[in-house]
Amino acid sequence: MYAPQILIEAALNGLMTGAVYALIALGLTLVYGVLHIINFAHGALLTVAMFAVWGAFALFHLDPYWAMLGIVPLMFGLGYGLQRFVIGPASHGSDNNVLLVTLGLSIVLENALLALFRSDTRALDSDAALQVVELGPLLLSTPRLIGFAASLAVTGLLWLVLNRTDTGRAIRAVAREKLGARLVGIEVDHVYAVTFGLGCACLAVAACLLMPTYYVNPRSGAAFVLVAFTIVVLGGMGSIAGALVGGLIIGVVESFSGLLLGDSLGQIGIFLIFILVLLVRPTGLFGARA
Amino acid sequence: MSARDLLPLILALAVLAALPFLGLSGSVLNFLVTTLIIALAGVGWNVLGGFGGQYSFGHAAFFGTGAYATAILQMKLGWNAWGALGAGIGIGALAGLAIGYLSFRAGLRGSYFALVTLAFAEVFRILANSADFTGGAAGLLLPLRPGLATLQFADRRAFYLLVLAFVGVALLASRWLERSRFGAHLIAVRENEEAARALGVDALSVKLRAIALSAAITAAAGGLYVQYFLYLDAGVAYGTWISVEALLAPIVGGIGTAFGPLVGALALQGLGEVTKHLAGGVPGVDLVVFGACLIAVIAFAPQGLLGLRRRRKARAERAVPVGA
Repeated sequence: MYAPQILIEAALNGLMTGAVYALIALGLTLVYGVLHIINFAHGALLTVAMFAVWGAFALFHLDPYWAMLGIVPLMFGLGYGLQRFVIGPASHGSDNNVLLVTLGLSIVLENALLALFRSDTRALDSDAALQVVELGPLLLSTPRLIGFAASLAVTGLLWLVLNRTDTGRAIRAVAREKLGARLVGIEVDHVYAVTFGLGCACLAVAACLLMPTYYVNPRSGAAFVLVAFTIVVLGGMGSIAGALVGGLIIGVVESFSGLLLGDSLGQIGIFLIFILVLLVRPTGLFGARA
Repeated sequence: MSARDLLPLILALAVLAALPFLGLSGSVLNFLVTTLIIALAGVGWNVLGGFGGQYSFGHAAFFGTGAYATAILQMKLGWNAWGALGAGIGIGALAGLAIGYLSFRAGLRGSYFALVTLAFAEVFRILANSADFTGGAAGLLLPLRPGLATLQFADRRAFYLLVLAFVGVALLASRWLERSRFGAHLIAVRENEEAARALGVDALSVKLRAIALSAAITAAAGGLYVQYFLYLDAGVAYGTWISVEALLAPIVGGIGTAFGPLVGALALQGLGEVTKHLAGGVPGVDLVVFGACLIAVIAFAPQGLLGLRRRRKARAERAVPVGA
């Protein structure tokens, strides 16, 4: 059996990773909740953001946390443009088409990155990744602790935006009743694009929090995207609280199954949860809509 | 099926069968075999996705199962290659039934179905990558033993004709689907499941039969793949590449038509070769073009390449003045 200290550390590490997973899932669930579409390009867009963080560091020696100030608005703009000018017009309002268009986008983005950067794996060349905080007998990685706190903060911020601002009210109105929202003068296409932009902005934050301890290659996002889908399905499609709780659960599950089964087989735990939830309770823990 | 239904099929197969005797180089033949294998996988996807409207993002699950079964039955149990290929197709169909039963019973459709199939393919990939009997991460290497019983031919043209025969049978099945009662039920379920059920169509059984047929055809593609390249690992067998290729071909060619997957595979793979050539070996450029094609087809030509022709014909017919 494992020493309790190892188990506690695994749980804490799982929670810290899970918070960043939650952030990635948040973008996905937000887009689903409002547009009722599954964005297959979510993983590829995360990879784009991670390359942006890496590029800012490699070219200008910009600290990933400071880079957030630039990359978040850029990713918001990219997401807004993609939804408004590519996904929206190309899919003619059919859900199956959205699925295929975003799949097409992910193929284009992922392979464009492959053509540009080849399949080499890149990491930030900095020693910040090695810093630890001592908590009694436990050693916790500083950048991951920052990632945990920042992810929770951003989730809270997003909740405030959705519940306390006019834009948030418009987003919720469109999510609830598209036609009604249009009748009271809300520009639905604009709200769709803003929502998609917010989803990408979440990815940008996640990328900045991940990069200090992680690496990037053109396929990195693909590893996260099924995890993010699992979280969204587990938490309930469209539910923000669900994404947060689901993210933390999945983080811990991954951490423990990695400890027990090894890294490659450990991933299986996540997929099995995914399939099981889809088959048994597709509305998830918090979702009302299927 | 009338002679008129079969004529285009026979013509297309005859032209394709004549191709390898034009003195093509080995690499061109390799390209043609790969293209036909992808077309076959696409014909399989099209049965479920095109006629049945259930978009699978994980047809690699069937391709890989067919490929692994074909290889393992020969290597570990000493089966004859034909028997192994046949069993691979059967096991692929069973995998289809199992995944279909679980997902359709749970009422999954649309994006949920796409996601769950994707997840099944990933689970299969991870399992095949760590199990012993699949050769793990090192993969399987089929011993080279040319002969009719081992389904390996010194002359590439022989294998090309074999794959073409499989494509012919699969196209015939699609043609039958367009005309049969079962096909009509399947299309009715695609268009409106509730309405189809109200008219007495057993939607679950129709979808299950469709996924079994679809998986069997795609498993055949996998079996032929390993039989031709004599090597298999989890990334090839259960990788996303084949899930994507299997759905791109029919969608670009003409979704829900018998010939769509063949036309799409030929067009896309040809385009891919040209791009690779122009880009001078930069990895990924051909896939960038594929992704862009997918978006463009959905935006501008929802019925695919075959639909463009049909649309022009329809427009020409409409242009004839009513009194003429």
